[in-house]
Amino acid sequence: MKRLKKTGLIFFPAFDWAISPTHPEREERLLYTQDQVFEEGLLDFENIVEYKPGLATVEDINRIHICVPDARSVITESHLISAGGAITAAQKVLSGEVDNAFALVRPPGHHAMRVVHGARGFCNINIEAVMIEHLRRKYGYKRVAIIDTDCHHGDGTQDIYWHDPDTLCISIHQDGRTLYPGSGFPDEFGGPNALGTTINVPLPPQTSDEGFLHVLEELILPMIDEFKPDLIINSAGQDNHYTDPITNMRFSAQGYARLNERLKPDIAVLEGGYSIEGALPYVNVGIILAMAGLDYSHVREPDYNPESIRQSEDITRYIREVTKDVMDLWKKRHTFKAEIVKDAKYARRNRNIYYDTDGIREQQEEIVRICNDCGGFIAINSMASTGKRVYAVIIPSRSCDLCRLEGEKQFWSVDKAKLGAHYLILQDRDRDVYIVK
Amino acid sequence: MILGIDVGGTHTDAVLLEDYKVKKKTKVLTNQRHLVSSLLGVMDEILRDENPEALERVVFSTTISTTAIVQGKTDRVGMIVTSGPGLTPQDLPVNEDTRFVSGYMSNRGIEVAPIKKGEIDEALSALKGAGIEHLGIVGKFSTRNPAHEHEIGKLAQDGFRHVSLGHRMSGNLNFRRRIATTYLNASIFDLYTRFVGEIVDFASRTGLKAPIYILKADGGTFEIRQSADQPVQTILSGPAASIMGILSLADCSGSDAIAMDMGGTTTDIALLADGVPLLEPLGVTIEGHKTLIRGMKTRSIGLGGDSRVRVDKEEICIGPRREGPAAAFGGPYPTPTDAMIVLGLTQIGEKARAEAAVAEIAGKMKMSVEKAAQAIFEKTCQGVASAVTSMIEEINNKPVYTIHELLEGKKLRPSRLFIVGGPAEAVAPRLGEILGCEVVIPRNAEVANAFGAALARTTAEITLIAETERGSLTIAEEGIQMKIPVHFTRKDILRIGLEKLRERAAKLGAREADIQTEIVEDQEFNMVRGFYSTGKNIRLKAQVKPGLIVGFGKGGPRS
Repeated sequence: MKRLKKTGLIFFPAFDWAISPTHPEREERLLYTQDQVFEEGLLDFENIVEYKPGLATVEDINRIHICVPDARSVITESHLISAGGAITAAQKVLSGEVDNAFALVRPPGHHAMRVVHGARGFCNINIEAVMIEHLRRKYGYKRVAIIDTDCHHGDGTQDIYWHDPDTLCISIHQDGRTLYPGSGFPDEFGGPNALGTTINVPLPPQTSDEGFLHVLEELILPMIDEFKPDLIINSAGQDNHYTDPITNMRFSAQGYARLNERLKPDIAVLEGGYSIEGALPYVNVGIILAMAGLDYSHVREPDYNPESIRQSEDITRYIREVTKDVMDLWKKRHTFKAEIVKDAKYARRNRNIYYDTDGIREQQEEIVRICNDCGGFIAINSMASTGKRVYAVIIPSRSCDLCRLEGEKQFWSVDKAKLGAHYLILQDRDRDVYIVK
Repeated sequence: MILGIDVGGTHTDAVLLEDYKVKKKTKVLTNQRHLVSSLLGVMDEILRDENPEALERVVFSTTISTTAIVQGKTDRVGMIVTSGPGLTPQDLPVNEDTRFVSGYMSNRGIEVAPIKKGEIDEALSALKGAGIEHLGIVGKFSTRNPAHEHEIGKLAQDGFRHVSLGHRMSGNLNFRRRIATTYLNASIFDLYTRFVGEIVDFASRTGLKAPIYILKADGGTFEIRQSADQPVQTILSGPAASIMGILSLADCSGSDAIAMDMGGTTTDIALLADGVPLLEPLGVTIEGHKTLIRGMKTRSIGLGGDSRVRVDKEEICIGPRREGPAAAFGGPYPTPTDAMIVLGLTQIGEKARAEAAVAEIAGKMKMSVEKAAQAIFEKTCQGVASAVTSMIEEINNKPVYTIHELLEGKKLRPSRLFIVGGPAEAVAPRLGEILGCEVVIPRNAEVANAFGAALARTTAEITLIAETERGSLTIAEEGIQMKIPVHFTRKDILRIGLEKLRERAAKLGAREADIQTEIVEDQEFNMVRGFYSTGKNIRLKAQVKPGLIVGFGKGGPRS
């Protein structure tokens, strides 16, 4: 007999919002999921409770994003609701009202990076990050593990937590050489102050349940055991499904349910997943049952045939190797810093970021102070093809005195005109202050 | 003339209305063993010296279905269930007479697996072999496509006294509730059919030609012959009668309101949004059976005039039990009624006894009798008020699924309190104060239930889904699937939906003037497969909502 868990469900299908009428991120996306959840009568179970999503605020967004020109301009109401839904899920868990919670909301967020000039990968703001920083502010500081099980590399979440040693981001996804956004390789391993808290496991196309569960058992669960997070979050994309129209994987509803049963996330947040009829209704019912500790063994898709979606021996072998390689890297994570940093005081990253949904290009230079006491203060100089240029200084949560001092000095001394920046921003995450100059 | 009769658990009330005025009213004790005879007795009495030809309508509200279920006096029912994948059978509300068979429809009502005749024949003969005479047939997503239920129903034509089909119970999705509802319907079918038979006989014996209606759980009525197939719709019609009573006795329109019936044992609370009672969104629950039957959203708390008052850990506790009448009427323990008597809020019973009982509490609490009475009274009012407040909060926190509703959604803010029942006069001012509501105590409240039944209109619902990609339109409650052209639009579904709703309401017994239709849900989705639109998924739900028949909307009849 499984132990029942009290599961909170925040269901917000946004039946009146779409990126465009035929876009995958459209009104119809959760329609059949709603039908399936209603027909199965899941909301009648004593241990499944549905909550109305709250609304996230601009302050919630500014705690983690640098939006250009400002938060209001890059979002719609629907983003405040989907981030608000994730926050509601977290609140219900942290207040002890429920054991775990699933925010079945849209639009998604895991491709939204720290700086936001527009939408990329259907995402404007990173709803998990907005949620995590909200709860860290309201419920005290937490060590958090984000397990991104979306088929696409969670590059936005990775970018946001790249320098945060207290947030473990593990993304498992279809190999970036074969799918958007083209990143997420094992050598993307975190910034110099947070080496090993960013983990990427690229999986070959046609990976099935066996492969995903192998990575879970041999890599994700051991890492979580060692990292000892206060909270586990599943960034629960559902586009690894064998019927997804824009990816090439072979994960099933049974596999998703099993993954959540084993991972035991405190909070799951829906990300991508565009097989709205063939996958989502069944995957979501499977996840809800698994989180609630109910029997999901009879959940399956209408066309489910485990034989036809079994992964090949080659793939099995390949995945074993990747898993082992990443594990080896993780075990040696503490030894890299001296080697990489040498005697440098700052580390620099220069990147070109493409916003596919809005067709915007961004050039970004990011400098982080090498620090052994905190995540290090960050200075970002970003210019987008929209012509907008922003310079931002970020003082990390629980910053050390030196990073605070240097960060503040940097912000107040920098010459806006000389930089050609339209906006000068200080995001003091330690004191929860956001200043635009 | 209109005759309304409410057969309650304790009393049977009847009112005869003429020209919107009360011509006669009567109240007798219900004979639970011979429900029909006590009902017909009352009818006989109230119609004595009246011309049956002058009757325009007769409406009954009866506890017959509720009582049978509560007391377990139901028939054994065999169930044939096509469940497909999803929840395991152990998580479905089924009993040992349930047979699971192949066959499964997707959420769009597309057949994924066919039924197998051999399996069904075998299951049916096993059930027959066990001496089962009543059958329920339920499929997952049968409201999206009832074909399997129809086919199995055909195979079960012979050998059963009655077959209930799941999709007929409600157009809403919820497989578990569909199973429970269908089971209950079949289990009270015989009993209810006998009841209908006796009434119809009585009517023809006495030359009663007026249409006869039965009150449903949602506060609507349906014509008695139409009700025979759907006895489950009549469960829990008691609370519906009392709320419709308040609606008919007072003018409830124009603002949100609270309707409250404070009795000896419990206080029943319901809410009205602009004069319309709020309904349970999924369906009512009876004896642990969660059903799809639309019914009044009511909350019953164990706090009434006769609730026992005691002191526990230096705190005054009231209810939830009633251990007899108030001390002022010879009861064993102090009660809120005694406190009200002490405070002079009511002049009933023996004041000395009330004081003696409250003194017992005062002693334990180390306060004066007056203070103790005040404390008991205040606690009673606060208890009732907090139940009301949490119920309103729960409704206002109900999840919604569109941005528009989330941001603009209407909130329930009651500004009036309608209260009936024994302690109504005594508690009304204080309750009004706490809840910030104007208080109304309707007249003729002692026969409110019969009043409510007499004047309740016929309600009906209809649920339609059109899929232009497949060229199909499903009307769930009617079990109809029809072909539609690819250019079918939202306008078309509105037209057909309202037309079908009118037909359905008329069939159930509604007068033309009382069919006031309302759209409950109206959604249209582009269906996109690959990167191209393949059609539209258009959904419509419409209803004739609960209310009073035309002519009685404002302030009820004069007496």
